[in-house]
Amino acid sequence: MTLNIAVSYAECSARERLALIVDRGSFHEWLPPAERVTSPHLAQLGVPCAFDDGVAIGRATLSSRPIFIAAQEGEFMGGGVGEVHGAKLVGLLRRALRDRPDAVLLLAESGGVRLHEANAGLIAVSEVMRALLDVRAAGIPVIVLIGGSNGCFGGMGIVARCADRVVMSDVGRLAMSGPEVIEASHGVDEFDARDRALVWRTTGGKHRWLSGDCDVLVEDDVAAFRAAAIDALDASAPVTLKRLEDEHALLAARLRLLPDAVDGDEAVALWARLGVADAARVPDMDVDAVRALRVV
Amino acid sequence: MSEPSPGLETLNYSLPGQRPAGAFAPVLVGVVGSGNLEVLLEPAAGMQCDIRIETSARGFGAIWEAVVRDFHRRHPLAGVRVSVNDMGATPAVVSLRLEQAVSELAP
Repeated sequence: MTLNIAVSYAECSARERLALIVDRGSFHEWLPPAERVTSPHLAQLGVPCAFDDGVAIGRATLSSRPIFIAAQEGEFMGGGVGEVHGAKLVGLLRRALRDRPDAVLLLAESGGVRLHEANAGLIAVSEVMRALLDVRAAGIPVIVLIGGSNGCFGGMGIVARCADRVVMSDVGRLAMSGPEVIEASHGVDEFDARDRALVWRTTGGKHRWLSGDCDVLVEDDVAAFRAAAIDALDASAPVTLKRLEDEHALLAARLRLLPDAVDGDEAVALWARLGVADAARVPDMDVDAVRALRVV
Repeated sequence: MSEPSPGLETLNYSLPGQRPAGAFAPVLVGVVGSGNLEVLLEPAAGMQCDIRIETSARGFGAIWEAVVRDFHRRHPLAGVRVSVNDMGATPAVVSLRLEQAVSELAP
């Protein structure tokens, strides 16, 4: 008898996720830790480097089909994108244009640009976006998985929304400015970063699912992420004028739903106006129940 | 006492090994996060066990040496290079990571 106990995606390291998402033993790493391609900036600031600069890249098979894959390690510098980290992502994406795997998987967990590397990190993120859009335009689906406890924020939040498909768990978070950044710039009355329920109502997987910002909502379970990634292997969605116009229409409609300040919680009000039944109960519902509620 | 200078501290140890590790694929365990460290094991020529540590916590050389010697007593590996990137892990965590790395060497 085999016991099938769910393995939490959020609690895995980047390398554990890599090993469990792809076909067993199929991951072949490029620029592995022993190559020591590390940050040229961190040591000057007294910060230890990581042998992989916080991201592992390589090729693998998924359901016996060839893919490229990258996994960011959220525990190292919050998954921040530095010069080398970004260059590894760009190199992987450009190689995908040449070798044409069936898909590129990005296991994103990042606070965005690694501030220690400032301009180099900003440039790196913009290069990742350009490279990702080139791969998408070539008809190779880029699939982003978001379920790490550090979420996917800043420049990496934008990168995620450039992809063909976004898969999230309910504990995953996706946004541009992180909670602390909003509080620091607009004050605690605007956003209380310590209010965890508020943070998840406004950035978490359920919210992104109900508002149409992610394409698949899964449990915090590595096997569920793997299944969703396999489903997405043929989900290529090149950017077309129609797709852009649809996206703009979706965003404009969302903006019209909340014209003024609302009484009570804004996320709940948005879900209700989107037509979600029983919106107030969403935070307490399990993933299956929330999956059935989407109307966008 | 003078102010500790900013930056990392690098510590190197070379200990005589007794148990040749032979050929193996490099092993990486752990993550460079707060209170954590990564350990990379690689094969090396000769009968030494060479250990290199880069740490953000300066001034703990005596404790590192004790942890390293304790590790080497339990696992007197020969022909191995051990590389550590540390972000302020406690001695117990360091010992456990070293143990984890050795356990991943093919038997």
